[in-house]
Amino acid sequence: MLAFILRRLLQSALVLLSVALIAFAMFRFVGDPVNQLVSLDTPADQVRQIRQSLGLDDPVLVQFGRYVMNALRFDFGISYQFRQPVTALLAERAPATLELALVSALFSLVVGIPMGVYTALRRDGVLARLFQAVSLVGVSLPTFLIGILLIYLFAVQLGWLPSFGRGETVKLAGGWTTGLLTVSGLKALILPAVTLGLFQMTLIMRLVRAEMLEVLRTDYIRFARARGLTTRAVHFGHALKNTLVPVITIAGLQLGSIIAFAIITETVFQWPGMGVLFLKAVQNVDIPIMAAYLVMISGLFVIINLAVDLLYAAVDPRLRVTLKGA
Amino acid sequence: MTEPVLSVRDLTVEFVTRRGTLRAIDSVSFDIAPGEVLGVVGESGAGKSLTGTAVIGLLDPPGRIAGGEIRLSGRRIDDLPADEMRRIRGKRIGMVFQDPLTSLNPLYRVGDQLVETIMTHLPVGRDEARRRAIDLLAEVGIPAPERRIDGWPHEFSGGMRQRVVIALALCAEPDLVIADEPTTALDVSVQAQIIALLKRLCRERGTAVMLITHDMGVIAETADRVAVMYAGRIVEIGPVREVVKHPRHPYAQGLMGSIPALEESRERLQQIEGSMPRLAAIPKGCAFNPRCPHAFARCMVEKPVLLESGASRVACWLHDGTGLGEETAA
Repeated sequence: MLAFILRRLLQSALVLLSVALIAFAMFRFVGDPVNQLVSLDTPADQVRQIRQSLGLDDPVLVQFGRYVMNALRFDFGISYQFRQPVTALLAERAPATLELALVSALFSLVVGIPMGVYTALRRDGVLARLFQAVSLVGVSLPTFLIGILLIYLFAVQLGWLPSFGRGETVKLAGGWTTGLLTVSGLKALILPAVTLGLFQMTLIMRLVRAEMLEVLRTDYIRFARARGLTTRAVHFGHALKNTLVPVITIAGLQLGSIIAFAIITETVFQWPGMGVLFLKAVQNVDIPIMAAYLVMISGLFVIINLAVDLLYAAVDPRLRVTLKGA
Repeated sequence: MTEPVLSVRDLTVEFVTRRGTLRAIDSVSFDIAPGEVLGVVGESGAGKSLTGTAVIGLLDPPGRIAGGEIRLSGRRIDDLPADEMRRIRGKRIGMVFQDPLTSLNPLYRVGDQLVETIMTHLPVGRDEARRRAIDLLAEVGIPAPERRIDGWPHEFSGGMRQRVVIALALCAEPDLVIADEPTTALDVSVQAQIIALLKRLCRERGTAVMLITHDMGVIAETADRVAVMYAGRIVEIGPVREVVKHPRHPYAQGLMGSIPALEESRERLQQIEGSMPRLAAIPKGCAFNPRCPHAFARCMVEKPVLLESGASRVACWLHDGTGLGEETAA
């Protein structure tokens, strides 16, 4: 097991190194960064001086090495537009995005799994068919449209929930700001979380349904019924546990995409998270932020994948053997 | 005569499909006495497994029991509410499936599956259930059961898993075990062991067995009586010696004739010409008539019923004492 984790960590390091290379390459291919810093009438001397002080006339490999070493210390340079350290900018906004992502992931699992189980068990029921039909809408409607529709209904027409922002936040130790502890923060979270999680929820529901139907046809379920186990034990013990094995993978990968693609939802709801920061960075060609965002998201994916692999082994004993042998 | 453990009368199973209703089992009747082993043979699709599935109440829609009745120790069970039938499954009727590799849930320890089944049917606590589970594993011949009970199914070989499955089927001491091709998926070398085990355990407990198989060797060695099925009907039923040595129904004769004897040397194996009709196209009269070398006019129009013939009963007009070859209006 330990060997497996170590090997996966090594692989993860390689993945991150290649991502860092791509991020680093952005600095060079999106034009000369010095031009972003100086104006047209800056003397050539001063330009050379800036270039030198930023280390931009060193060999590419040395620059890349320096970039990686700095990244390891969470130093991604200074933002062009804000003139502040990128790490501080991201850290300031990360809580908003992470809270939004986790709540919507939780929403999609807590609602999606029971709906999937229900539609599988009552395949021909009216409610199950309704869920199926609605889930098609959830899968096919684009996120921004869902967001706008929800705002129109719940913020504009009914006036129950705020249409933008994060509400009141509370500062916790370590600089983490949370909106989960105030009423207005919670209210502000509902619409964006539902918008962001709706697609994942319908995806998980359809996945659970398909897997569950598959599992219910297997011999061990027939045998469990032949042994006279209660329907409850058969469905929620034997069948559901087997259903969750593939669901874990998808849910894990989806958590990564939720964080990465929160950008759209954040824009629609003016959510003060990393997504909005990233979009501004794109508009202003703020390479350090884009590069740092890229590295951070891929780091998240790598960590989630590792966690998923370990969870897999916790659920399925057959994999533990494979892992031990690895 | 003692009351039979299982008594099936005119059992009919139908599948309602878009293209009409298919009759997969047609008026099947048989009894199994306490402690008796009834072999059920026939080719694939003859309705052997389906009969077993119907008895234990696990027919999946669109299949349904369309007629007849099933009695367990005299009590009718085919019309019981789902939850009462569930209590009978595992407790009064155990079942062993064909493939031990897929019969056990891969995500549950062997012991947990046993304990769970024991606790469902018997009023015992977890510790007592676990003790019984260990005893059962020892009884089915699993070495070091107190250690193996915490093993996962994938750590057992096919033969060992089938032993676990048998332990699971027998853990609540049922009156009847339905063994649906229990050795088909196993190595030849293991088959004999599993059959011997099943036979011994059931004899010790006085458990009746409905042994579904297409292996005539297994039947000859294990069964007390045998029923031959063809196209959803029993065509011959009787003591195993009679049916194997002196089959009366032309299909049973063909079936027994197609087993090569060791001392013979033959160029070609004997076979029954043609194949079993599909459910949607069962011929009028006797379903076997297109392949029967002795078919005559009556076989084309009238479905044969089971007729006494010596110690056996045969569904064939050749054995109707009222007149061989005589044409009768149906």
